[in-house]
Amino acid sequence: MKHLLSAADLTREDAITILDTAEELLGVAKRPIKKLPTLRGRTIVNLFFEDSTRTRISFEAAAKRLSADVINFSAKGSSVSKGESLKDTALTLQAMGADAVVIRHHASGAPHRLAHSRWTRGAVVNAGDGTHEHPTQALLDAFTMRSRLGDLAGKNVTIVGDVLHSRVARSNALLLDTLGAEVTLVAPPTLLPVGVESWPVRTSYDLDAEVEKSDAVMMLRVQRERMNASFFPSAREYSRRYGLDLARMNRLPDHAIVMHPGPMNRGMEINADVADSDRSVIVEQVTNGVAVRMAVLYLLLGGATEEETA
Amino acid sequence: MSTVIKGARILGEQVADLLIEDGVITQIGSGLAGDESIDATDLIALPGLVDLHTHLREPGREDAETVLTGTRAAARGGFTCVFAMANTEPVADTAGVVEQVWRLGREHGYADVQPIGAVTVGLAGERLSELGAMADSAARVRVFSDDGKCVSDAVLMRRALEYVKAFDGVIAQHAQEPRLTEGAQMNEGPLSGELGLTGWPAVAEEAIIARDVLLAEHVGSRLHVCHLSTRGSVEIVRWAKSRGIDVTAEVTPHHLLLDDELVRSYDPIYKVNPPLRSKDDVLAVREGLADGTIDIVATDHAPHPMEDKECEWQAAAFGMLGLETALSIVQKTMVDTGALTWARVAEVMSATPARIGRVAHHGRPLAVGEPAHIVLYDPTATRVVEPSDTASLSRNTPYAGMELPGRVVATFLAGRPTVLEGRLVEGPTQ
Repeated sequence: MKHLLSAADLTREDAITILDTAEELLGVAKRPIKKLPTLRGRTIVNLFFEDSTRTRISFEAAAKRLSADVINFSAKGSSVSKGESLKDTALTLQAMGADAVVIRHHASGAPHRLAHSRWTRGAVVNAGDGTHEHPTQALLDAFTMRSRLGDLAGKNVTIVGDVLHSRVARSNALLLDTLGAEVTLVAPPTLLPVGVESWPVRTSYDLDAEVEKSDAVMMLRVQRERMNASFFPSAREYSRRYGLDLARMNRLPDHAIVMHPGPMNRGMEINADVADSDRSVIVEQVTNGVAVRMAVLYLLLGGATEEETA
Repeated sequence: MSTVIKGARILGEQVADLLIEDGVITQIGSGLAGDESIDATDLIALPGLVDLHTHLREPGREDAETVLTGTRAAARGGFTCVFAMANTEPVADTAGVVEQVWRLGREHGYADVQPIGAVTVGLAGERLSELGAMADSAARVRVFSDDGKCVSDAVLMRRALEYVKAFDGVIAQHAQEPRLTEGAQMNEGPLSGELGLTGWPAVAEEAIIARDVLLAEHVGSRLHVCHLSTRGSVEIVRWAKSRGIDVTAEVTPHHLLLDDELVRSYDPIYKVNPPLRSKDDVLAVREGLADGTIDIVATDHAPHPMEDKECEWQAAAFGMLGLETALSIVQKTMVDTGALTWARVAEVMSATPARIGRVAHHGRPLAVGEPAHIVLYDPTATRVVEPSDTASLSRNTPYAGMELPGRVVATFLAGRPTVLEGRLVEGPTQ
């Protein structure tokens, strides 16, 4: 594995290796000194063309706990905001000797473009691209589900909300299928992409019909701008039909968990009491995110450098 | 001064010599002699190709293409006449701009440039340009198009269709319903959902074509559909023709060959508008061209500087080069598959586009007394496309590394060679 661009890049073995490695690394976070020397002397660039403090600090913490040097590059206030292209930014980072580039970009496919251009030689990790994918989010979600529910084979995972614009849903659908889970996407028809019938998932327009058989329910964030684009009539109607409130939560099986990739719109897709309930693993997802990202960076960069093996 | 072309297969059929004197074909036969002789053994002679849809970018984007470089590319592709689209800067919406473009073509002498006038001022879709002034200008504009943008306002489209009847004009519509394609990046289908790129649904093209053929019928006008790309569009045009509606349609070489699977690479070299469609759509446009539903092949040659393609997909410009590869792609997709004869190729790439554009002296048959616009083509040659091997100022060909059949050996514009032995002739007007 040279890059991590899509959850589809991962075989079942790859995914299990990452999850197992993350489990070992999770122990590091519990030590008084939370640092391993594994990536000492390696340089990891966090290249963020889109604001995402949560994901950036998660990757930053992961890299630092592996003793890598971290350079944070955010588009705002940098040469990018003065019109510098992705290509020139990449060439600059290459010249600085980046061993890995963690990229977050508003354009779908930007990490793919970076990885397959000659602009950079380092490993590329997709930290969320447009409305395409967010594979490390899917890995941390899988990690969280596995730790709460055990082996994911045969587990029913219900993903609810704006699937059309969600990179989290795409990556989760692919990875959960790889891991043997049964995925159901629940959304109003306007928020399911054309061609979703070719995805390895079931779809449903009716959340109430899916609640009782769910082992995990993952609520997706609904962006404010969707509300003015006729994807649904009003925030209240969306919330009534597709929001996770206490009544729906109480119909979940006893062992079922509630997830959200954050940031949440409390009162919109998820009720505040549900978000703060015992079933909610939302804070755990954040903790696991660091361990999973450590595992990804470790497995991408942990071996000998290319120069050494050449 | 006379030139004789020896032993060419006329329209890929019988072998004959062609004698050219003062820009006119004066004899067709065997054993002809002239001041100069060109050996055309095993080459096919076709009438000079006519492209109804070229972006020459001048004035305004001379970093991407100029009338000179674009017509040099045209000559290398076997074209002797190109229709220059109106979306320049300034927009070709006045007699002044269209005359400038027309004159530049004449001065350089690589191909006749027939400007297309904008339907609406500044392509803004709000009020009609001075269509009559452009028609009456030295450029004698007959084709009007807001290409790149759709004349989406139904009343404005109706008025435009009606108004150009006064001078036998035609509205060439870029069929794209704007609200259905806001932010659109690629063909809407399973792949757009998978790749997370905003879809450009077939219905956005088909709905406009359906509306426009009905408008053309209602007001008794002539409509031309630019770069039709979907199976549904072919079916609507087929239906319209069966009703006797005066509609013509074009397909681009890239829509005959390439499909949306290429977008999987996220390489914007494949980003074009309308987008590359499904394999089924590719088959449908080939069938439509073969059965005459689609009248012509037009390149939509759209040069862009490298920085507009060496970037992320969403930030990239729409469009691809086409002039220098068009004939090869038509051979590969239509002739080598048995769907078109070379005589039909001469219709769809020369005679019919000239007729739609009302250019009298192009698209003429290879016959005595006709202007000597001729292309000599070797269909047995093959080549691997190398982006830097182009006369265009731009390099955005989607065919890099692809092996294509055929090679333009010579092009004659009114008897004067613009290309000989596959190479451009310098200063053809001298």
